[in-house]
Amino acid sequence: MKEFNYVIKDSAGIHARPAGLLAKKAAACGADVTIVKGGKEAAAKKLLAIMSLCVKCGDEITVKVNGGDEEAVCADMKAFFEENL
Amino acid sequence: MIILKGKGVSDGIAIGKMFFYERQTGDVEKYEIEDTAAEYERFEKARLKAIDELDVLYNKAVEEIGEDEAMIFDMHKMMLDDEDYCDSVKNIISEEKVNAEYALEQTKNTFYELFASMDDEYMRGRAADIKDVSTRVMKILTNSGSGLEAGDEPFIIGADDLMPSETVQLDKAMLLGFATMHGSSNSHTAILARMMGIPAVISLKEQLKPEYSGKDMIIDGFTGEIYIEPDERTSKLYEQKRKEYELQKEMLKQLAGMDNVTLDGRRIDVFANIGHISDAESAIVNDAGGVGLFRSEFIYLENTDYPTENQQFEVYKSIAEKMNGKKVVIRTLDIGADKQADYFSIPKEENPAMGYRAIRICLDRQLVFKTQLRALFRASVYGHLAIMFPMITSVAEVRKIKQIVDEVKRELASEGCAFDENVELGIMIETPAAAMISDLLAQEVDFFSIGTNDLTQYTLAIDRQNQMLESFYDPHHPALLRMIKMVVDNAHNHGIWVGICGELGADLELTETFLAMGVDELSVRPSAIFALRKKVRETDVSKSLKAGVLNDYI
Repeated sequence: MKEFNYVIKDSAGIHARPAGLLAKKAAACGADVTIVKGGKEAAAKKLLAIMSLCVKCGDEITVKVNGGDEEAVCADMKAFFEENL
Repeated sequence: MIILKGKGVSDGIAIGKMFFYERQTGDVEKYEIEDTAAEYERFEKARLKAIDELDVLYNKAVEEIGEDEAMIFDMHKMMLDDEDYCDSVKNIISEEKVNAEYALEQTKNTFYELFASMDDEYMRGRAADIKDVSTRVMKILTNSGSGLEAGDEPFIIGADDLMPSETVQLDKAMLLGFATMHGSSNSHTAILARMMGIPAVISLKEQLKPEYSGKDMIIDGFTGEIYIEPDERTSKLYEQKRKEYELQKEMLKQLAGMDNVTLDGRRIDVFANIGHISDAESAIVNDAGGVGLFRSEFIYLENTDYPTENQQFEVYKSIAEKMNGKKVVIRTLDIGADKQADYFSIPKEENPAMGYRAIRICLDRQLVFKTQLRALFRASVYGHLAIMFPMITSVAEVRKIKQIVDEVKRELASEGCAFDENVELGIMIETPAAAMISDLLAQEVDFFSIGTNDLTQYTLAIDRQNQMLESFYDPHHPALLRMIKMVVDNAHNHGIWVGICGELGADLELTETFLAMGVDELSVRPSAIFALRKKVRETDVSKSLKAGVLNDYI
């Protein structure tokens, strides 16, 4: 398993639009991606679950990648967060 | 007639019958199912059909209102694709052996509660999306219509609130306006209404009753007012307002960015008169070429003591910036006569129209005048300002003003304050005295602006407020038009520009005349701009001259 931490910079937090993009990306990446915030976990491919974490600007989250090409997926996810959130 | 007051969130006037939309809420039936797999399949079919519908809505929204706002339907699609959501329905069907409708209703409630109970306002708002998508699937499952199918004639829709999908689904050609009991100005429905250019009033609360369905109604999206069964007077007024607004929109499409040039190539500036900083918006919306008359009085009249230099500076800076490089002619204080501020302590006068007012006060109370001039010059670096002085009657007054202006400039320079060295200085020509010596005055200033309201009353010796004089009042009196021609000629002989900022400027019967005289600028109320520009573009000055348009005055 690989993981990284990320602090949300988007002023609206993980709102519907990036959550949608994230879900699509996670569903297609061939690994299990999980988002953790304050002890609560949500699978990144589940739109409603991610939204219900209610991640806001300034919140620190942990992104965990399990299975598949962990290295590549992890790098890919990092790039996604940098770009969109 | 019943008048309701809500919040206007989308500009425009709608007149028509209201149709009150009541969502079919009917309780969801619950019954036992044996073949749970087949039941889930039924849900699955409905879900896929809903996604197809959302695709159609998405494309419709992209076309009608743009991609950004259409995103919401893409998000709705993804919600219907959400694993947890689908699993929830599936589990309820298989574990409780119940019908798909019931499972869907339970699932909707679970997720609705989840979002509705969040402490983040944005996320709470998403509960409405959950409800919206679930309702869509439910309607397909139960094979019921949306209740929004268009009738035969265009209508105003009334509702407790409209979901975004309901808003977009409405046939735009049949929809005159929105009136809702709830909602916020940033709700999707309000945003969509603005994008579609359909008038909308929200937050009407319990005032808006379903029993108004089928009644005649007027929606004023500007003020948030709604008239149920309006009386004849109100109907006429609003019919007029609606036409004006439609015309304005139409004109904007035709004329925005077009030059104000006559058929034979004569140019004229069409500017806006504004009386308050808040009117800047209407000058911009009506595509004014600039502001030809910014009445600075409101700053004084809205205060209980003399406005400070900084307070004034902020206002002038703001209008300069708002007009974004377009010329703004600011008229210095024109108080007195019918406009009084108590702290000026101006004694009661027998004949205030001809009394202690405007430049007379300024020249007498120079501290007040200098404060305004300092604020104006300091603001001059933020855009294109020009300064104009009212109620001039003599060359001596103008020389005195210029002397004070020079003092102010020197003071600012010595304090190191930035200002535009080349701010144009002009005067109002609104007294017969100024008109008669306009050749001399033209040598002192950079421009003239003819104030026809006062010039008319002083020239014809007619008080316009006095109704008994109505039959004697002739705004096209040759004395007045001769005077205007004389002022224009004198201005041009001395190489300065001349405008008209009184009500006559918007009088379309005189547009040809003014163009033939060679007037350089017409400054009118913002709502009159488009009609005037249209008239200018339809005029052929050389033909008008040949036809003798000026013969009556020369």
